[in-house]
Amino acid sequence: MKPTDISDPEYFHKVVDCQYACPAHTPVPEYIRLIAAERYTDAYMVNWESNVFPGILGRTCDRPCEPACRRGRVEEEPVAICRLKRVAADYKEDIAERLPSIPTEKNGKKVALVGAGPASLTVARDLMPLGYDIDLFDEQALGGGFMRSQIPSFRLPEEVLAEEVNYVLDMGVITHFNTYVDSLKSLLDKEYDAVFVGSGAPNGRDLKVPGREEGAANIHIGINWLESVAFGHTSSIGEKVIVLGGGNTAMDCCRTSRRIGGKDVKVIVRSPFEEMKASPWEKEDAMHEDIPIMDNHVPVDFVVDQGRLVGMHFEKVRAQYDENGKRSLIPLDEPHVFVECDDVLVAIGQENAFPWIERDIGLEFDQWDMPKLDPQTFQSTNPRVFFGGDSAFGPENIITAVAHGHQAAISIDKFCQGKDVTARPMPGTILSSTKMGVHEWNFDNAVTNDLRFKVPHADKYQSLSDRHIEVELGFDEKLAYAEAERCLNCDVQTVFTDSLCIECDACVDICPTRCITFTESAEETELRGKLSAPANNLAQDLYLSEPLKTGRVMVKDEDVCLHCGLCAERCPTAAWDMQKFLYSVTKAAEVQS
Amino acid sequence: MSYIKPSFRHPEAPTNNIGYTEADYEGALSTLCAGCGHDSISSAIIQACFEMSIEPHTVAKISGIGCSSKTPTYFLGNSHGFNSVHGRMPSVATGANLANRHLTYIGVSGDGDTASIGMGQFSHVVRRNLNMLYIVENNGCYGLTKGQDSATADVGSHSKKGAVNQYQSIDLCALAIQLGADFVARSFSGDKAQLVPLIKAAMSHQGFAFIDVLSPCVTFNNNVGSTKSYEFVREHIQATGTVDFVPMQEEITVSYEEGASQEVCLHDGSVVRLRKNGKDYNLRDRAAALAAATDHAHSGEILTGLLYMDPDTEDLHTLLDTSECALNKMTEAELCPGNQALQKINDSLR
Repeated sequence: MKPTDISDPEYFHKVVDCQYACPAHTPVPEYIRLIAAERYTDAYMVNWESNVFPGILGRTCDRPCEPACRRGRVEEEPVAICRLKRVAADYKEDIAERLPSIPTEKNGKKVALVGAGPASLTVARDLMPLGYDIDLFDEQALGGGFMRSQIPSFRLPEEVLAEEVNYVLDMGVITHFNTYVDSLKSLLDKEYDAVFVGSGAPNGRDLKVPGREEGAANIHIGINWLESVAFGHTSSIGEKVIVLGGGNTAMDCCRTSRRIGGKDVKVIVRSPFEEMKASPWEKEDAMHEDIPIMDNHVPVDFVVDQGRLVGMHFEKVRAQYDENGKRSLIPLDEPHVFVECDDVLVAIGQENAFPWIERDIGLEFDQWDMPKLDPQTFQSTNPRVFFGGDSAFGPENIITAVAHGHQAAISIDKFCQGKDVTARPMPGTILSSTKMGVHEWNFDNAVTNDLRFKVPHADKYQSLSDRHIEVELGFDEKLAYAEAERCLNCDVQTVFTDSLCIECDACVDICPTRCITFTESAEETELRGKLSAPANNLAQDLYLSEPLKTGRVMVKDEDVCLHCGLCAERCPTAAWDMQKFLYSVTKAAEVQS
Repeated sequence: MSYIKPSFRHPEAPTNNIGYTEADYEGALSTLCAGCGHDSISSAIIQACFEMSIEPHTVAKISGIGCSSKTPTYFLGNSHGFNSVHGRMPSVATGANLANRHLTYIGVSGDGDTASIGMGQFSHVVRRNLNMLYIVENNGCYGLTKGQDSATADVGSHSKKGAVNQYQSIDLCALAIQLGADFVARSFSGDKAQLVPLIKAAMSHQGFAFIDVLSPCVTFNNNVGSTKSYEFVREHIQATGTVDFVPMQEEITVSYEEGASQEVCLHDGSVVRLRKNGKDYNLRDRAAALAAATDHAHSGEILTGLLYMDPDTEDLHTLLDTSECALNKMTEAELCPGNQALQKINDSLR
């Protein structure tokens, strides 16, 4: 196995599991330390630079960072990263001064953004400081896209949404709300230098089983229904509600139902409970609001009596898996189950649709009727048109849309400036020692034993009475500090200098998780077999030094390193050093954080 | 500086035959200098006890004074411990051992604690063949008082400030062999592959077992010119052979070429095996062992490994015909049999 090249920015980036897993690569440990230091505004700006919507994401993010969190590999639960992000947003001071300045003299380039969701807003945030003129189009009356129409206000209060959307719009974006773009061709004809499509995945999938048409009056497509509730067009629902589907939209539908008249609300899903797409905490919250989840039930038909929907039939199934792990649902030999209801909400998926894009403008679509895009640049086959968010590669989530937006903004800027769109900027990295004294570090290296703290919730009966009451109250400052201290500071890297090592074994002896071994080098598989502790997590790298004086090499398994710094504290020659690694994705415009 | 070791351990850390992980044999976080060889020895003791599935409460750690004698705090936190008087560890160990022969006794001492102030005590505990493991953590200097040369510093060895030692050094292994010890070994803190099996064998040996472990003092004696530095020891180390320890529970599965190894069977059924140079070195020849240790020292080399061993030995309990039962298990009637019993003894001596 070759010695590790730590000058490759991706090596240490991968060690920061949370940041690596985040589509936007937000420097998580960096802002968590700022929260622990009560520097909430600084923590907020680190987030804002990276993900544009810290307050929104701190409540609604799908949190790909948390399953990746190293803490989850050494104890039961990861750090509550998402809810700490919210703390930064909740306790920050006015940030107006820190927002990037927008040049009064424009650069003469015009860009149109279709859709006012997170992807488009990110593009605007990145391009406005460079002097672009930006026109933003959306069919809704306000900005935010699906963050506004589909996320209920008991999870995301309107004022939090408005604040962060407005930071971008107030940069001087020219908004065209209540304007449905029905032709990309006509937009391109208006002499925009580039067009960005961030129109989301606007179509909710329907369930075509018998009775669908007869019962249509009481059968609603989940995302449309949520939008209708959000904009106040719908304010009630029947007492008995069936929600079909197992994703987060289904969870939002059932919980919204409970707040506007639904008393007996059930979620009914085809798949086994464990395989539902909804995040575990969303399922938990739904069940906490007395909403049972019936799994392994496949819809058979809608039952309509005298022109009114009265219920649905389901077939009970069990999941069976073939050797490739592919699932099939095998019907049980049982009579169909009848479930009574007044209304049904269908939340079984979303689809992209581009009826407004002409097919003769040099913009090619693939076999699934999705635009053909370069996955790095987000440029379509019509070089003036870029995509991002759900409209690029299908439904994902907010943080993915933001990540797309950043990359598309770089492409648009390069394209407008006549540069090579495929020449992508390198990430910014800073590696600096945290050494303050002989065995002193400028980060809190002690590892706390605290288990994950729970976010306090509002009173259930009160919050069920009004869909505007936010259920989660957020951490207070004391809880936030305690939770922040659970972070292992994975961005403070254990950097090894082989020329300084005297092979005294002190690091090997002290390491609580026995990450470090000095041994003869070998191929990776063999090497993994002869380390001090099992090294079975192949997703985590081995850090290998150059050969030392005795001919052996230092091998460190990054898997369960606690970043406690004891190896460096016990090293007599400072061959180990704790160095903070800050990795930042380069944006179109530098935004100070 | 950290003063508490994080409590998280490797989630897949192996357990031994009695269900403990290595963490169960750890002690407090060391306060010795970073890179001290002594910490590696503590770690080797932890590993040996873990691998031998010893119940921590059946071990007693006894030490004197010095950097080395501080180390029992840093291993086997669930065992008995007695940090005694300078150079007097053998006395305390003798008392404890006579009171309860069923514990495993680990005496930890240093070159000052043994070869200077404790020289007399050391000699006599060897003579008496007390059943214990006696480890000297030998760094050739008085680390706790800023690194003056100790009695084991070699002639010509340079101190950190450049002063050259003029006095003859005491070779504790040679001395132990001469005084009649039946298990004598030398090792190096930076070579756990050798040290761990030696510790295991020494703990299994029924009688006095001595291991002199070269343990560099990074702060005062790891300089160029020192004969006890990591670099010097690594460059001048020679081994009598590779030591394997096969505990009694395990079946011997590996076979070696005839003559390529020699085996010594211990009283508890475990086996010590010497490989590699095994056939050239006779473990049971006391005079040859003494000569080998001395010859290597003269040629500036350090002979490590198992130097001498004789499993057929009578320890102090056998010699004194002491009670099998520990004193703390006896009742008052047995411990103080009264005036009548005393008179009986007195009469028998008239």
